[in-house]
Amino acid sequence: MIQHIDIKDLKRITEVIHSKHGYDFRNYAMSSFKRRVLRILDVGNLTIEGLISKLSQPSAFIDEFLDEMTVNVTEMFRDPGFWRLLREEIIPSIQLNNKQFKIWHAGCSSGEEVISMNILLKEMGIMNNVKIFATDLDPSILERGRTACYSLKNMETNEKNYIRFQGKGSLKDYYKEQGGVAVINRDLLSNVTFQKHDLVLGAGLGKFDLILCRNVMIYFNQALQNEVVKKFHADLNKYAYLAIGAKESMIWCDYANRFIVVNQEEKVFKKIKD
Amino acid sequence: MSSFNLNNSYKAVVIGGSAGSFQGIVRILSKLPSDFPLPIIMALHRLRHVRHGFVEALSIKSALRIIEPTDKESIKKGMVYLAPANYHMCVELGNYFSLSTEEMINNSRPSIDITLSSTAYAFKNKLIGILLSGANRDGGLGMKNIKEKGGLTIVQEPTECMIDTMPKAALALTEIDFIMNIDQIIKFLIELNQQYK
Repeated sequence: MIQHIDIKDLKRITEVIHSKHGYDFRNYAMSSFKRRVLRILDVGNLTIEGLISKLSQPSAFIDEFLDEMTVNVTEMFRDPGFWRLLREEIIPSIQLNNKQFKIWHAGCSSGEEVISMNILLKEMGIMNNVKIFATDLDPSILERGRTACYSLKNMETNEKNYIRFQGKGSLKDYYKEQGGVAVINRDLLSNVTFQKHDLVLGAGLGKFDLILCRNVMIYFNQALQNEVVKKFHADLNKYAYLAIGAKESMIWCDYANRFIVVNQEEKVFKKIKD
Repeated sequence: MSSFNLNNSYKAVVIGGSAGSFQGIVRILSKLPSDFPLPIIMALHRLRHVRHGFVEALSIKSALRIIEPTDKESIKKGMVYLAPANYHMCVELGNYFSLSTEEMINNSRPSIDITLSSTAYAFKNKLIGILLSGANRDGGLGMKNIKEKGGLTIVQEPTECMIDTMPKAALALTEIDFIMNIDQIIKFLIELNQQYK
């Protein structure tokens, strides 16, 4: 397995993806980007030249590349304290002003966070009042989100998180075991639109009352984080909420002062200025 | 201890540890002065879902300030950084951290290999890597990377380790510069501190 790759080779790779396929990885955080590329070389048994040559031609390989490139590790109810905060403060506060509202999961990966949200909303009895947009760059992972089947091994972690979230029932109420996988009840997807979307280059998707983008921008450098936060700002209604990952920060972003911190621990912000 | 090459102006210390390393880490941190000149970057295996308590436990006897960095936080002298629960912690060129939720490595997130290897890449021969007690092989590859970049490598004396799998994995993968017990590691770091005065 190749263990080293020069920055100049990484740059050649990002240039060819940009010019041939219209995706912009040029402002991704370097060390994780490098690890993903090394992984792709390893999995595909490719040399750097081989990878660049494959990426230079129009083919379905770009979708494989995106699937390996994007980090698709996620959990239901990751950080249970965050989900309790949503249930006890954030969602009730949105409801005060809007009976019907819209949530965007930006970088939804295989959909665990979307399922968590709908379980929460269903237990609050308001799932049908909410429209959810779930977007990701990676078409293969969106398909997994639409299918909503998860390995039973992952469900153990999910179940533990759900217990810490203090849900009303058991996570088992929301799926059936079929052929060794957990098949999520279809009604938990009835209000969800899965859509391919590029956070870096894509246009806005309308106005939202809550945007979740947790542990997605950690793969971007600060300049790109700054740009994406500006887009989120534009896509939020006034007094709407933005949630980022527990160990992320917006403190250096140009638009940080257009938000207030609602909860520092769980990294929930509220847009207070246009 | 003239055998140490203290003339190399080191820029950072990175420490990996797992099962059986906690007491050793606490002892090391308790002996370092508050003006210790280098950042100390630590990747220690920990429970994935427990976000709190580790920094507090390590801080009780430490004169140095210990924090879990946020993504893209700058690395500063005299600070101790601990990889947060359920994240990998990397050092980037430009002297800052980035965090990642990538797949577990060696069944671990944080992975010691990821922290050690990215730190080696960023600090090259200006890095001191220390690997302590642990029950799996995580960290071995990271120590190899530190050595290959010209950094100084130290593993805890296996006979002193509660579980010696981790230092032994490193010893098998690369030529480690020093095998030391915790007291010697402390002495070494204090001597390093004198050097910077």
